[in-house]
Amino acid sequence: MARSPNPLAGLARNVNAWLEERIDLSGIRELIRHKVVPVHRHTIWYYFGGMTLFLFVIQVLTGILLLLYYRPSAEEAFESVQFIVTEVEFGWLIRSIHSWSANLLVATMMIHLFSVYFTQAYRKPRELTWVSGMCLFGIFLFFGFSGYLLPWNELAYFATKVGTDVAGQIPVVGHLMARILRGGDDVTGATLSRFYGIHVAILPAITTALLGFHLFLVQKQGMSVPPEVERSGAPLRTMPFLPDFLLRDLVGWLSALAVLGALAAYFPWELGVKADPFAPAPAGIRPEWYFMYMFQTLKYIPAKIGPIDGELLGVLGFGLGGLFLFLVPFLDRKTARGEKSPLFTWIGVAIAAYIVVLSVLGYMAPGGK
Amino acid sequence: METLANSRRGFVNFLMGTGFGTMAVWMLYPVLRYLIPPKSGEPTIASVAVPWKPAEVKTNSGKIFKFGSQPGMLVKTPAGELRAFAATCTHLNCTVQYREEKQDIWCACHNGVYDLNGKNVSGPPPRPLETYKVNVKGDQIVVSKGA
Amino acid sequence: MALRSRRGTSPLPTAHHGTDLLGRCIVFAWALVVGALLFAGGRAEAQKLPEGNSCIDCHRGIGDPRVTPPAEKFPQDIHLAKGILCQDCHGGDPRNFDPKGSMNPAKGFIGKPKHQAIPQLCGKCHSNAAYMKKFNPTIRVDQVQEYLTSVHGRKLREGDQKVATCISCHDVHNIRAIKDQQAWTYPVKVVETCGRCHGDAKYMEGYKIATDVVDKYKKSVHYEALTKKGDLSAPTCNVCHGNHGATPPGVDSVANVCGTCHSLTADFFNQSPHKKAFAAMGLAPCVTCHSNHDVTKPSDTLVGTDQQAVCVNCHDPASAGYQKAAAIRTSLDELRGAVQRAAGILDRAEHAGMEVSQAKFELRGATDALLKTRATVHRFDPVAIRNLSDEGVQVANKMYDKGVKAMDDLRFRHRGLWISVGIILVAIAGLVLKIREIDRRRG
Repeated sequence: MARSPNPLAGLARNVNAWLEERIDLSGIRELIRHKVVPVHRHTIWYYFGGMTLFLFVIQVLTGILLLLYYRPSAEEAFESVQFIVTEVEFGWLIRSIHSWSANLLVATMMIHLFSVYFTQAYRKPRELTWVSGMCLFGIFLFFGFSGYLLPWNELAYFATKVGTDVAGQIPVVGHLMARILRGGDDVTGATLSRFYGIHVAILPAITTALLGFHLFLVQKQGMSVPPEVERSGAPLRTMPFLPDFLLRDLVGWLSALAVLGALAAYFPWELGVKADPFAPAPAGIRPEWYFMYMFQTLKYIPAKIGPIDGELLGVLGFGLGGLFLFLVPFLDRKTARGEKSPLFTWIGVAIAAYIVVLSVLGYMAPGGK
Repeated sequence: METLANSRRGFVNFLMGTGFGTMAVWMLYPVLRYLIPPKSGEPTIASVAVPWKPAEVKTNSGKIFKFGSQPGMLVKTPAGELRAFAATCTHLNCTVQYREEKQDIWCACHNGVYDLNGKNVSGPPPRPLETYKVNVKGDQIVVSKGA
Repeated sequence: MALRSRRGTSPLPTAHHGTDLLGRCIVFAWALVVGALLFAGGRAEAQKLPEGNSCIDCHRGIGDPRVTPPAEKFPQDIHLAKGILCQDCHGGDPRNFDPKGSMNPAKGFIGKPKHQAIPQLCGKCHSNAAYMKKFNPTIRVDQVQEYLTSVHGRKLREGDQKVATCISCHDVHNIRAIKDQQAWTYPVKVVETCGRCHGDAKYMEGYKIATDVVDKYKKSVHYEALTKKGDLSAPTCNVCHGNHGATPPGVDSVANVCGTCHSLTADFFNQSPHKKAFAAMGLAPCVTCHSNHDVTKPSDTLVGTDQQAVCVNCHDPASAGYQKAAAIRTSLDELRGAVQRAAGILDRAEHAGMEVSQAKFELRGATDALLKTRATVHRFDPVAIRNLSDEGVQVANKMYDKGVKAMDDLRFRHRGLWISVGIILVAIAGLVLKIREIDRRRG
């Protein structure tokens, strides 16, 4: 490198030296230099966390841009989004990217979650990484839920109504929770103000802290190697993080970007019709796809099962499912001891299959398109 | 061998450099254009500058202008006063027109008649026309809602 | 005025010419009770009844439901507000607390007026221009005269005791100004007021007129405008039939009656060949096709040659009129279809995020043309209607093209995205090559 007569390289050296004099970067440099990524047949799954992070950065950037023109009130929200997509140059693009990137993010996050689950990367000593990741998972779902309402169109309005109704089913605190979420007894302009605040201030703040913690742990502990690879006894191959893994990561990010562009081109994100709280609910209301399996489940559960409310049972079921995933590093004792743990693998398969099947059913149901 | 590897590396670097460079420009351009505020300025239209100067508006005349996607009418009364109304008939939403010879506002669809205060005076219209506020700012006539 | 000056004094000393001690005592006792009740109840009525008026004091206090209603209802009455009291209609002496003296025919007391005498009684003041001017300089004074020309008035003179007089519609002792929302004559209440008799089949027995008119009217577009849209100028019974001169409009006046609001359509009809034809056949204009009490919002299916169309009631398939009806319907259908098609694509483009407000604005030209065409149907001239509808179709088609263009632009936008996908793919290719190069160097 030093042989190259490139003037840019000389400048970079100077800047580097200037910085080195003031801040001691040797620690970080050492960390990067020594960071390695294990190479084995499951290495591909390492990319999905980075991809999720990349999509989150896109969300932050496009979200900030949308803030320039968006107005969070029942009177103006729809009009301002309409203004963004019709009058502001490339506004349609920014909004389309923001909407699609959100969906892609949830998808890569789910892949990340299940890949970590199936490679049992949650086992000791990475329990905290898993728990913070599960928290981030919940937060990103809430990001999606709150952002869906902001354009204040008919579909979003009724989806939010249904969604907050479900929250109202939770025993004891449900009613209060629904009220707090909605900023009143019903979904109104007050709900919009709340969701706006949650979406652009509260959730980003929590995410910054949690994500920082999550990434810190990953750097501190390095990548987990799946137990089956460890058990095979073969010597572990690695590749340096810089530049090998980072370049591969970049391929993943750019692929995500290309998929985003293709999605936005193929399925433009429409504006819809302005929400009218007094109009009857339109046919075929449905939530975002990542809530579809819950929506569909609640449709299948009968109104009453014995003395218990069906919807309540459904909500409790999902709560238990979430709690199980959250606590899995502490429940899965065998993996912690370095033994095989097929039971937990099968539970994971069951959960994933349940989500996939119910989602497909939801989209195949009449009026579910 | 050495030179071949060098030229190959040079080509790869070139391809990557151009690819990333074009991509950066291609992405920055929409963002910069997005930052420039559009002409219409605001998402909800509460006021609009009509396309005529005060001197161009004849006494005893009424002209239709575009207020959002709805028509508005700027009237200069025979006494020389500027007034503005929503030019949508309150009966069945036809666009109304000014009648110079009768000095009134008239809807051709069902012969509805309004006076120069926008009040419905004959025919089927059930309500007066919605009135707007007119302000003259130098060479500009600005019509706004909520008068 | 005389009453006012005595406010606050006990009625007892004022009854100085009273002879009946017992009567005086009873009156005094009642006055106390009523006074206490008034005080306790703190009645927040519109107006306060005058005190020291023997008519009011006794009628209110006796407790016999046959005589108390006049005094109970009176606080809301406009006459009280204007200072017109019992004796001004019924005669008698309110200062006298002896029933024999206060209700003495010698003092002009007439008691309950006879049914036939009511118009004359009200007319004593209401037909007196000089007197009425004191209260309202622009008030009408011809109501009684008009009433006598009405079916009600004529029958009353023939001795019919069941027909309506002033108080049947204005109420009695609770007569309110016409702008009072609780008045029986307030526009939204008129149909109930007329319906009290005209909707009562039993009461109307022997008059040979329909009693379903109230129910029919309530189905009409006019009733909807009046009650749902709050358009108080929308017609209720009296607007077409007249109020004081209430008479059904004759065949020759229907067009004028409807034309008071629907003037353009009436003009068109009067220019049309139907005017003569209807007159010759003894058919009333307007209502023959649109019905009368239950006139609903007309749709384009009213005209034409199919089952729902009214044209075929007279025109048989061989006639020229039948062909014209078909032609008019075609014009209407074409224009309506063109407007719907254009509005549809513009809506879609708007929802997809395209700026089409100018096209939507210009499309109003076509919707205006559609409304004008519908009005012009009443000329029954297929050529004039075709010209007008063609104009509208042209505008609508132009706007449809703009909508199509907006949708094309939308697709073009997205083509730009494909280009960026291409650029990204090039960058990915560069990356992949770079990775392979590094791998090769490492071996």
